[in-house]
Amino acid sequence: MTVLRFTNEHEWISFDEGTATVGITDFAAHQLGDIVFVELPEVGKTIAKAAQAAVVESVKAASEVYSPASGTVTAINQAIVDQPGNVNESPEGAGWFYKMSLSAPGELSGLMDKEAYDAYLKTLDH
Amino acid sequence: MSLQDDLKTTPLYALHQELGGKLVPFAGYAMPVNYPMGVLKEHLHTRTGAGLFDVSHMGVVSLLGAGADKALEALAPADICGLAVGRQRYTQFTNAKGGMQDDLMVLRLPDRLSLVVNAACKHEDIAHLKLHLEPKGIVVNPHPDWALLALQGPMAAEALSALAPDCAKMVFMSGAEMDVAGVPCLVTRSGYTGEDGYEIAMPEDNCEDIARKLLAQPGVAPIGLGARDSLRLEAGLCLYGSDIDQTTSPVEADLVWTIGKRRREEGGFAGDSVILGHLKNGAARKRVGIKPEGRAPARAHTEIQDLSGKRIGEITSGGFGPSVDGPVAMGYVDAAHAAPGAKLQLIVRDRALPASVVSMPFFPHRYFKG
Repeated sequence: MTVLRFTNEHEWISFDEGTATVGITDFAAHQLGDIVFVELPEVGKTIAKAAQAAVVESVKAASEVYSPASGTVTAINQAIVDQPGNVNESPEGAGWFYKMSLSAPGELSGLMDKEAYDAYLKTLDH
Repeated sequence: MSLQDDLKTTPLYALHQELGGKLVPFAGYAMPVNYPMGVLKEHLHTRTGAGLFDVSHMGVVSLLGAGADKALEALAPADICGLAVGRQRYTQFTNAKGGMQDDLMVLRLPDRLSLVVNAACKHEDIAHLKLHLEPKGIVVNPHPDWALLALQGPMAAEALSALAPDCAKMVFMSGAEMDVAGVPCLVTRSGYTGEDGYEIAMPEDNCEDIARKLLAQPGVAPIGLGARDSLRLEAGLCLYGSDIDQTTSPVEADLVWTIGKRRREEGGFAGDSVILGHLKNGAARKRVGIKPEGRAPARAHTEIQDLSGKRIGEITSGGFGPSVDGPVAMGYVDAAHAAPGAKLQLIVRDRALPASVVSMPFFPHRYFKG
């Protein structure tokens, strides 16, 4: 069964059968506006939870993407490097950033589920 | 949307909200950074259609009285006395050290000089003008109750002509008082995008009506300050406070073309000894266009190094150019590295990205010169 969790930095992580997929949320993509550049981690890189994992740049500004969990990068989405606009089109689908094997799956329990994230968004001034 | 209470608003505040503008604090005003179209599409729209920009936060100032041109020349290095009626020039207020305290446009009208100055500097500029010009009998008359719109892009002339037929025959860097939709306005054929277009100063009470009439013309869309910045960067135009400031001379900033020939010979402006010294002996650094080789933008304050890793300067404006479809930047480098083609490296996120000095603009200017 797939578990979908969210961070308060607006990353999402879905976890299923030992592999997790990470991306940025619809809200984050909308706030950033047109994304023109994406830098992803290298496959094989070990990333700690909350460490910088990727960079996204819109026309105006650069933003960091922090890893929602600790683990090792197993795949990256080259399609969003080649066409950064794909992130805006489908941030929580085809615009995923990287896949990772989790070294501490228990970390996910500290993240928000969909309902909690939606409630969190309502508390933000936007 | 909640903004700080002390932010000022322009006469188009309600229209920006109606159009879905994302309002952010800018130079003390609540200004639209973009509309629902988004910065990228707004930028591209301005290069293919026409963009309407609210720049009412900027300052319009009239100088009246005999000798206003001569008096202004003491503060700015452009040839103002040689400016014909109906013609406009770009210049800067220089300081005693040869730096710049603002940049501005000067238009000669039959009865006065009309200046447009930056929002963040306008109060200091007005005080500066009053201090130096009023003792010479010049009246310094700011127009805080005027609004200023910019209409930019290849469809701008057609759009404004529908409301002001006389604007069609104006050429780049000219201006005149004329009715726009029956309202007396001050129109110049100039702008900050590299495109053909106009800036229209008008009484604030008429601004929303004129803005709505312009937005109703074919090809006209509202454009925010985000696209205004990427458009001017592709056009190689300086942003005061980023690319030029109190510490940069017009020679260092590659603005020698704005210093009148007579002024280079005679001087007589603030900081002239420093600036004319830079002209004669060369400046130690120069503002240049910089093209990063990959896709990664290099933002303002990025360190510039030569290929040996020695620091030779800093990016002052940088980002993604939607029309260039790649990163573009400008910044200051040591004079030895300022020639087009010079190879540089930019330190972005602790890595050295290859880049080259290039001629500006990044995107060709398309001004209407008649």
